[in-house]
Amino acid sequence: MTRLQDAEHKRIRRDGLGLALTVGSYGTAFGAASIASGLNLWQTSALSLLTFSGASQFALVGVLASGGAPISAIASSVLLGSRNAFYGLRLAPSLKLRGIKKYLGAQLVIDESTAVSTAQEQHGDEGMQQGFWITGLGVYVFWNLFTLLGAVGARAIGDPATLGLDAAVPAAFLALLWPRLIGLRSWGVVIATIALVLILVPIAPAGVPVISAALVALAFGWKPARA
Amino acid sequence: MITSSSIWIAVIVSSVGVYALKLAGMSVPQSWLAAPRIQRIAGLLPIALLTALVVVQAFTTQHGLILDARAIGLAVAVALLLARAPFPAVVISAALVSAAIHHM
Repeated sequence: MTRLQDAEHKRIRRDGLGLALTVGSYGTAFGAASIASGLNLWQTSALSLLTFSGASQFALVGVLASGGAPISAIASSVLLGSRNAFYGLRLAPSLKLRGIKKYLGAQLVIDESTAVSTAQEQHGDEGMQQGFWITGLGVYVFWNLFTLLGAVGARAIGDPATLGLDAAVPAAFLALLWPRLIGLRSWGVVIATIALVLILVPIAPAGVPVISAALVALAFGWKPARA
Repeated sequence: MITSSSIWIAVIVSSVGVYALKLAGMSVPQSWLAAPRIQRIAGLLPIALLTALVVVQAFTTQHGLILDARAIGLAVAVALLLARAPFPAVVISAALVSAAIHHM
């Protein structure tokens, strides 16, 4: 394989760090939402350091805030993290990680590091590796810094409704959902899920409506799309 | 009210679970997760769960369904997403509109 040109290295670094800063700054919203949901500063930071997967973290604090049992919160969070397994599968042949680097690298397998890494495919494994590490480490650092910032800020504010933090959380979920709404089947999933949740909320224990949505994905994904 | 120690358990167990999935993807043979049905369901899971979270977070309290300032905030978020606004603008606008209504 040919060595990458300096210009390419520079471009991958700029792209990766730019995305890392932008996405990392959303950590402010997570930190604030987590405090508003009743977690303390340590629990909030532990989630960003250890779980390190935005949608999973939002889901955990969201289900707890709605009065759900910890088991429902854990199941929602882990189910949302399942896509990272598929990212890892995609990246593994190019990253070629062994030993301790594999265990550290695994923590950095998220939406953004996968996106930047796979965008470097034409530069071969070296470009993909650089994209992965720069973006993954960059998001990790910024996400955790901004989480702390958001958490400290929210703690100073007090009641979450004062600054509309209670509305920021569903808006954040919607913004995470938006880019995935491509094609008829995804809209079918959305409509069926809304119906299921509205039926379940008044009758089922808190946390159950969110987990039940997994059944909608199962039902819609079971058969291939009709041509 | 949920206790701090059960929150800690949720934080730790979910972290272990999410990390295990990340590591599994890097470790299992390529063929394991390649089945088309698994790929389809995995692709739809975030859509279903995120939709459910939007509904629960915007339209419910611990006592059931409700329409309040959060619903207006969410409508603002939809409008901004349709206008291709970036993530921070969407979240901050939804929060500010909802807070303004809350204070009226």
